Amino acid sequence: MLEADNLECVRGERRLFAGLNFKLEAGELLYLQGRNGAGKTSLLRMLIGLLPPEAGEIRWKGQPIKSDDFRADLCYLGHLNAIKEELTPLENLLASACLADEELSEDDALDALEQVGLAGREDLACKYLSQGQKRRVALARLVKEKRPLWILDEPFVALDVAAVDWLAGIISGHLQRGGLAVMTTHQLVNIPAGTVRELRLG
Amino acid sequence: MKDRFNLYRFASPVTFYPLAGALIPWFVALSVVFGLAGLYLGMLVAPTDFQQGEGYRIIFIHVPASWMSMFIYLVMAGWAAIGLAFNTRLSGMMAHALAPTGALMAFLSLWTGALWGKPMWGAWWVWDARLTSELILLFLYIGYMALTAAIDDTKRADKAGGLLLLVGVVNVPIIYFSVKWWNTLHQGSSVNLTKSSMAQTMLWGMLLMAMCFWMYSIAVALMRARTIMLERERNTDWVKAVLAENSEGAAK
Amino acid sequence: MLKIITSVIGRDLKLAMRRQADIVSAVFFFVIVVSLFPLGIGPEPDLLRKLAPGVLWVAALLATMLSLPRLFADDHRDGTLEQLALAPHPLGLVVTGKVIAHWLVSGLPLALIAPVLGIQFDLSTDALIVLTGAILLGTPALSGIGAIGAALTLGLRGGGVLLSLLVLPLYIPVLIFGAGAVDATVSGLGGEGHLSLLAAITFASLGFAPWASAAALKIALE
Repeated sequence: MLEADNLECVRGERRLFAGLNFKLEAGELLYLQGRNGAGKTSLLRMLIGLLPPEAGEIRWKGQPIKSDDFRADLCYLGHLNAIKEELTPLENLLASACLADEELSEDDALDALEQVGLAGREDLACKYLSQGQKRRVALARLVKEKRPLWILDEPFVALDVAAVDWLAGIISGHLQRGGLAVMTTHQLVNIPAGTVRELRLG
Repeated sequence: MKDRFNLYRFASPVTFYPLAGALIPWFVALSVVFGLAGLYLGMLVAPTDFQQGEGYRIIFIHVPASWMSMFIYLVMAGWAAIGLAFNTRLSGMMAHALAPTGALMAFLSLWTGALWGKPMWGAWWVWDARLTSELILLFLYIGYMALTAAIDDTKRADKAGGLLLLVGVVNVPIIYFSVKWWNTLHQGSSVNLTKSSMAQTMLWGMLLMAMCFWMYSIAVALMRARTIMLERERNTDWVKAVLAENSEGAAK
Repeated sequence: MLKIITSVIGRDLKLAMRRQADIVSAVFFFVIVVSLFPLGIGPEPDLLRKLAPGVLWVAALLATMLSLPRLFADDHRDGTLEQLALAPHPLGLVVTGKVIAHWLVSGLPLALIAPVLGIQFDLSTDALIVLTGAILLGTPALSGIGAIGAALTLGLRGGGVLLSLLVLPLYIPVLIFGAGAVDATVSGLGGEGHLSLLAAITFASLGFAPWASAAALKIALE
């Protein structure tokens, strides 16, 4: 499904990696590991199509990832939360679903917020939430997410133990439904389903 | 592995650097020859203008500088288009190398325009359509240089600068047209800079001076491009080789 | 296609409404700058009438510049811009929505307040109508062209000043035709020619600028 062919990454004057290949099929999870500055985030940005690789090609379902179709299959969660401080968690969820061209009913959104433990705070502007709670608003997007390819940059950062387990469950549910996931992480979390592959950079 | 890889990727600068080095003396020589001939025609042969006296002779600098300032902007936009379309590294360097010369030409044109304007119109500055457009062109050059200077990552600087040049080149005709419209509306008629019945020798003098400026621009742009290449690719083997060769030459 | 534009507009308007101080201060900036001119040049009505179109338009350009740096910067800082760039529609459409929203909260208020300021400059009713029309017609072009500059300078040191340096020269045609329309009305020539050229510039820039801005945003996001 997702193929990387001979990728090369240059940032500034430094070559971070070259000749990188991998293949990921339905139901598989790819862990990206490596020290700081090894190019994990750069690789993720290549995979989502924002950073053109210096050399090589990335294909999704056999097609280069330039198209709108690829982006319709992609869900990306960066290290920034992509939520608006002025909006409430509920508004944030609905707005991001709307901009991503996804159907999300208000009930589904409320349900997702309840799952991430934000019940009762749906109508509070996000600027009044703590860092961890803001992260949960961002993660709530994943609850109802149906798109097959998830690319997650450090999803477990700033989460407490219970939330880490919850997120691991969400990801394994996604893999069981035949989804794919690529993620970077410093802490190895046991994802209870799917095939887990590892790729070490640097 | 690493050597082959570098050679492949930097193919164009590697070949361009010595090529430019070999060409520069020729362009300098041509510029001097054209310049001497043009100055001779313009200063000594061309007749004194019966209306404007000797002061008109500044057009032998003014007009070629204006031409070059516009031409260089177009050339930069051309490089920018190539760079954005084919992602070539050389194009960004060339656009970058040309910009100061273009800005210098625009400035020269304004300066000589002011020097010419004082005896002709009795004022250093007149809001003439052509002078105003030239001023805006200078702003565009400054904007390009400021933008590329503000971006640390050279790849992003090249692309963003290239995009700005393309936006600018689309806008230049609109700006020129609007300034002209504004000028005719406010002054009744535009001041005529060049006499329609220009003497043949004057035209030749101007053309020769334009050739001189053209050759000069190419020569300095190539020199600047060579410096940019060395700076940007200082970590590559070919630059290290060039530098080692130079320092050896200096030691001898 | 329309849906994405309207949802971007809706989102940006909602955000702007929660931060009304920004809109209000840009409008007050406009009012203050315009009101300073009579203090600087003296209160003769003839002189003021002559200067009014230019003064109002230059102040409108500057007031638009105030809000431009934030057009993409907020979205860039919190990561929303990446999500917008990854949405399954062309980024140019998203930018179109943002440009329209920017005009609604920056250009439109200027057009609404301009006639009041025009009265301070002793403009006739005809001139006031043309002034309002010209600002209504011309400010969308300011938002559009400004978006290119905002995208090019995204995340740069001193981006705001650089933005003015890049964008103000490109605003010159809008200034000339916008102020010219009022001028022509005052002098009895009729401003229709200027207004139609202004409309042409606005349509051209609304068609062209979002795509150039989208390209610049992609460069900035690399």
